Amino acid sequence: MATSDRAGAWRPRWFWPSFAAPGMAWLVVLFLLPFYVVLSIAFGAVDPLFRTPVPVWNPVQWNPFQFQLLFDRIFGPDGFLGPAFVRTFAFVAAASALCLLLAYPVAYYVTRYAGRRKGLLLVALLAPFWVSYMMRMLAWVNLLESDGMINRLLVGIGVLGEPFPWLAGQPVTVTLGLVYGYIPYMVLALYAGLDRVDQRLLEAARDLGASRRRTFALVTLPLSRQAILAGLVVTALPMFGDYFTNDLLSGSPRTSMVGNLVNDAIGSPGQGGQAAALVLVMMVILAVPMLAYIRTTGQASREAGR
Amino acid sequence: MRRWLTDPWRKPRLLEALVWGYLAWSVLPVAIAVWFSFNAGRSRSSWQGFSLRWYWEDPVLSVWHDPDLQRALLHSLRLAVLTTLVAVPLGVAFAIGLDRWRGRLAAGFNFQMLLSFVLPEIILAVALLFLFTNLLKAVQLGTIAQLLGLVTFQLSYPVIICRARLLSIGNEYEEAAMDLGASPVRALRHVLLPLLWPAIFASAVLVFADVIDDFVLVRYLSADAASEPMSVKIYNSARSSPTPALNALATIMLLSSLLAVALGFGVYRRLTRGERSKESTVEGFAAQI
Repeated sequence: MATSDRAGAWRPRWFWPSFAAPGMAWLVVLFLLPFYVVLSIAFGAVDPLFRTPVPVWNPVQWNPFQFQLLFDRIFGPDGFLGPAFVRTFAFVAAASALCLLLAYPVAYYVTRYAGRRKGLLLVALLAPFWVSYMMRMLAWVNLLESDGMINRLLVGIGVLGEPFPWLAGQPVTVTLGLVYGYIPYMVLALYAGLDRVDQRLLEAARDLGASRRRTFALVTLPLSRQAILAGLVVTALPMFGDYFTNDLLSGSPRTSMVGNLVNDAIGSPGQGGQAAALVLVMMVILAVPMLAYIRTTGQASREAGR
Repeated sequence: MRRWLTDPWRKPRLLEALVWGYLAWSVLPVAIAVWFSFNAGRSRSSWQGFSLRWYWEDPVLSVWHDPDLQRALLHSLRLAVLTTLVAVPLGVAFAIGLDRWRGRLAAGFNFQMLLSFVLPEIILAVALLFLFTNLLKAVQLGTIAQLLGLVTFQLSYPVIICRARLLSIGNEYEEAAMDLGASPVRALRHVLLPLLWPAIFASAVLVFADVIDDFVLVRYLSADAASEPMSVKIYNSARSSPTPALNALATIMLLSSLLAVALGFGVYRRLTRGERSKESTVEGFAAQI
């Protein structure tokens, strides 16, 4: 884009930076500074009497004992935190895969076949965003209780002999809860990606004799690869930090995830240092998907601007 | 059957069935929860007749008469209004500044802003909790801490939405205004800002609806039961001793976010009336989001 710099002569140099300044100050104080505090606590000391974390502000004096303790609890011989990490990866992988498998056909249908009903369908797909997450989980708690509708239905038609304890620490319930909670993000990401696919390419493929299936496999699917990746990232990242789905749909340590470990550490006195260390470990694990997402969205917006 | 299968233009019946199944699965559980908020009995799974008992008829347990539930409802609305009022102007100015400035420092802050967008909420919540309890102790946990945290978390919405819009507006209109003698501030106020209104509006609706439902940040930064909003109330009692009053509370929450979105969409349509037809439909609104 050829920008005429004549305007620059009229505008003082500080004109645009002054618009950004309040936001920049806000992020420095309430986004950068908090992470410095987390580092100072994770690498800090502990009050010998009250066991509360004491932040050490000088990086030279930082001490990694909280991480040694944490890694011991994860990888050590009786590492009781290890299973939660494994479980988190398993739940998030299963739930994101299910989200993709369910959401792709839905997004595909809405972009390609919805016709005049497209607006209405979009409203229906967006609706879950405006329903509180807690309410959506509460709805499932109601349905899955031992005398809830699901059990009564399944016992009634003879699938189950007796009510199944869905809410008593079942990995299936937690995984499906995560799918239900985060699938709207996947649908929206895939819809945005598929909507951008040039329809003429598909027509060309069909005109040249490709079957529906081949057109999908050779044109649509490769062109939506970025959307699939973006969808996987936007559903998997919040799942990684989730603890409330687990608390509401299971409440048992048998299904607890990394988010639950953080929440437990925050809730119990003297574990602040562990919470800080856990949060940093989480950030390191999630750095790659987060950076990948930021890079692809940056590219997409630059392309859109051209 | 064979002919139907090999017909290259057949209707995608299977896909259609899947989509309807998906919609039913996504809407029905919530619809059932809403339905049971009107139950006459205490059960949330067997229907005992229609009543408004859990909204206001019950003198003790209904949302209207239970001071805890009432306070939670008001607190949610208060946080949503305050956060929208702070985050949207801050974010819009930030978006304009970052978009037009384009320095290396601007790129660094743009990265930070995007990072705050993808970061799992629990990480930011823990970091802010430590900030307010260890360094900025003047900030008491409660409404102020919640407001500061929510604005930080929501700031990226107005920035991302407005930047997308700024990119499509370009800077030609402003240049034209300035060539015709407008000062930079006047060009901004009378040319750029009117063009930005739809984006500003869409982001305000988004922030409002998102804050009403916020849970993680608000819970960690709350001081006591008085600063616990509806989402935290639902979380606290969903597994202990819930009555349909909880469903009623959730229904009221649902209605308030739906109302905000419907109003927002109405205004959005008015704002984009003069533009290409696609912009002013649900699709345009969704694209903003």
